[in-house]
Amino acid sequence: MTAAPALELADLSKRFGGALALDGVSLEVRRGEVHGLLGSNGSGKSTLIKILAGFHQPEPGATCRLFGAEVDLPIPAGRARELGLAFVHQHLGLIPSLTVTENLRLSALATSNAWAIDWRWEHDRAAEVFARYDLALDPRAEVGALSAVQQALLAIVRAAEELKAHSGEPGLLVLDEPTPFLPRAGVEQLFALVRQASAEGAAVIFVSHDIDEVREITDRATILRDGRLIDTVETAATSHEGFVERIIGRGLAAYHGATKARPRAETTVEVEGLEGPGVGPVSFALAPGEILGLTGLIGSGADAAAACVYGAVRASAGTLRLPGRELRLAEITPKAALAEGVAYLPADRLGQAGVGSLPVGENVSLPVLERLKRRFGLFASDVTAHARRLGAEAGVKPNVPELPLSALSGGNAQKALVAKWLQISPALLLLDEPTQGVDVGARQDIWDAIDRAAAEGAAAVVSSTDYEQLAMLCHRVLVFSRGRVMVSLEGEALTKDGIAEACFRSLSAAA
Amino acid sequence: MRQDEAARAYEARIAALEERIRAFEASLGSAPAAAAPKRDLTGWAERWGLLVAWLLLILAIGAFKPDQMFAWRSYASMFGSNAMIVVLTLGLMIPLTTGDFDLSVASTMGLSSMLIAVLNVQMDWTITGAAFMALLIGGAIGAVNAFFILWFGIHSLIVTLGVGYFVNGVILWVSNSNTIAGVSMDLVDAVILTRFLGVPLGFWYSAVLAVAVWWVFQHTALGRRLLFVGRGREVARLSGVDVARMRAGALVASGVIAAFAGVLYTGMRGAADPSSALAYLLPAFAAAFLGSTTLYPGRFNAPGAFVAVFFLSTGIMGLNFLGADSFVQNLFYGGGLVLAVSLSQLIRRRRPMD
Repeated sequence: MTAAPALELADLSKRFGGALALDGVSLEVRRGEVHGLLGSNGSGKSTLIKILAGFHQPEPGATCRLFGAEVDLPIPAGRARELGLAFVHQHLGLIPSLTVTENLRLSALATSNAWAIDWRWEHDRAAEVFARYDLALDPRAEVGALSAVQQALLAIVRAAEELKAHSGEPGLLVLDEPTPFLPRAGVEQLFALVRQASAEGAAVIFVSHDIDEVREITDRATILRDGRLIDTVETAATSHEGFVERIIGRGLAAYHGATKARPRAETTVEVEGLEGPGVGPVSFALAPGEILGLTGLIGSGADAAAACVYGAVRASAGTLRLPGRELRLAEITPKAALAEGVAYLPADRLGQAGVGSLPVGENVSLPVLERLKRRFGLFASDVTAHARRLGAEAGVKPNVPELPLSALSGGNAQKALVAKWLQISPALLLLDEPTQGVDVGARQDIWDAIDRAAAEGAAAVVSSTDYEQLAMLCHRVLVFSRGRVMVSLEGEALTKDGIAEACFRSLSAAA
Repeated sequence: MRQDEAARAYEARIAALEERIRAFEASLGSAPAAAAPKRDLTGWAERWGLLVAWLLLILAIGAFKPDQMFAWRSYASMFGSNAMIVVLTLGLMIPLTTGDFDLSVASTMGLSSMLIAVLNVQMDWTITGAAFMALLIGGAIGAVNAFFILWFGIHSLIVTLGVGYFVNGVILWVSNSNTIAGVSMDLVDAVILTRFLGVPLGFWYSAVLAVAVWWVFQHTALGRRLLFVGRGREVARLSGVDVARMRAGALVASGVIAAFAGVLYTGMRGAADPSSALAYLLPAFAAAFLGSTTLYPGRFNAPGAFVAVFFLSTGIMGLNFLGADSFVQNLFYGGGLVLAVSLSQLIRRRRPMD
């Protein structure tokens, strides 16, 4: 009799509110195999991983077997390791200020009651482990000083070693998007490590957006779309094209956005030679009234491009040309950008866009305080009245400016924060994920507000990974990969599926 | 024809439904207004609680010592002798609002006091010149704090603790560890001897400064920016506020105002000693935090700080009348600080803050 598979999941469903994020998905991962998990945003693959990791409770009726033994879901985080399950998430879970050895042995050191840790012995053991995996890591080095690749490798080695130490089974290693921020050479090194771990008997689930990487490293792969299992395929027998088709789906009537004609006016806003962390060199230009989308798979640099133009993130090179003005992006600050009529709404709503503990009224009035001043200064009643007027126009509910911003729902807080910037009639409006975590009704209101601003002559840049939003909202979409613009889509090509397809193809084109 | 009718019927139903949705939304909009009275009661208690407590404190102690507790001259002298604590608290509040602790304020006040004595008594400067110099040095100490905090990115607690201790050393150095008496009577006149409505002028200076600080925080764009810098540095930066300038300005302002507290302190006694000013650090913190629980709850605010200082000193005065020893001062201020922070924490939990 052959040994039971490493993981068998059946009838896994998960409902968030009214929407089914996962719909009766089954998954089998064999021992010693590297199994890819693919799907676009909202396909349910991160929900599946989160259920395995114990963050979500699945709907009743799901079954899970690990190495043949029935396990109740969700698996408590403390027990996962004993059962032979280990995760490496994109945020690797390393502590940068500690040494390599301390990180490698973190859980052992954190839970043991040792009164005399022999550091020389610990370092030697760590060196032995790295030698076994053929890695050149200094056990005494501080993790923060390692390169991104070395950190990823360390996290994977740690997971593999903990599996060996804690479980009688060979173990199942879940790698959740480990590669988007790594250079190509680093990915090779990481793959060598994954192959070695699987050669020693461990099964690996490799979650990725990158079809080429999945084809290179996996034995089989499972594709999810809209919460449903589409197919589990032998990787060797499936073409790149085959993957793209399964991820994006065909046959359904393509969901067309309102295909908008690009304004014919001459371009007035030009970004040239922009280079910054994770992005560049990139150039693009907009006409007044144009809404330009920036997108790409995770790690593409599309979001960094918008942040760099405003100076939210420091660019290393590039210029921003506005009518009659030229600004060097390496020196631009938010204050200077704002003075030129550039506004930026970050994606982190309560961390960067607004202060949750302060009233809505003060949050939205911050850019126009000088305007609200009377002869003897600023009065709270004027601030509140102004905010109530803005809130009524933007449809903020409840429209009570005295409430702290954190008391509003995500959609209403976002409406208020969009209104905060639209009131200054910016010449260039930069938005990062303007409708993330926003309900459907508020989403439409925010789109309408952006449309109105564009109709009044603003140039808008929307960076987003929500393809449907981009198709509905934008005149033109630039698809980024590895920091560069790969494709520009407009007109008929600007559909949800068209954008998704361009994104998934962009990685191969960039490699 | 029939299709048209059906379409019209549907449109009528849609219109009716939309009407209901509008009515529902309107009821949502007015819901908070309906819930307002109940919240207003706790809001009222929060806002005026400290003033009520102050009144109760006076009545409670007055029940035992009515002659002293209900005499205007007790308050007149208490108001006058605590003016420098009010000023020190107002200075401290400004960097607290922008999110920085300034532990060097009491040392700055001590140095300012000592400098005036040294310059005026030993070096024959005019009293105006000496006071002006003291304010200048106070601003310089704030600038040094700002430089280390902002340029090197060190936490304000560490920098101001170190700078404060350094300044203590400077005080001992310039004074040779001696008390220096004989400061110009002009200053003493202007602070404590001249009275308005029976209360020494020093108190009125602190009151004017409190109004000024309240005005800046409550009625200027600058005040709102300072608040945003303290609550969300990244939000402020991305909204075009020059965060570093705001924080540096707040630290310099706190240095200058602390030095002004030193001017009042010298004027109150006509002399300067090397160490007694340092004891006012904790009262200033206690008053700033206690003040942040009242009048504008949840924010460091000048009227609140003003009330808090006199609430605390009324308590100490009353306990002295009851015959308590001088150690009650420490008990009252120390206990007051912890209670004030606990209180403000309670308020924050009730309303989601920070």
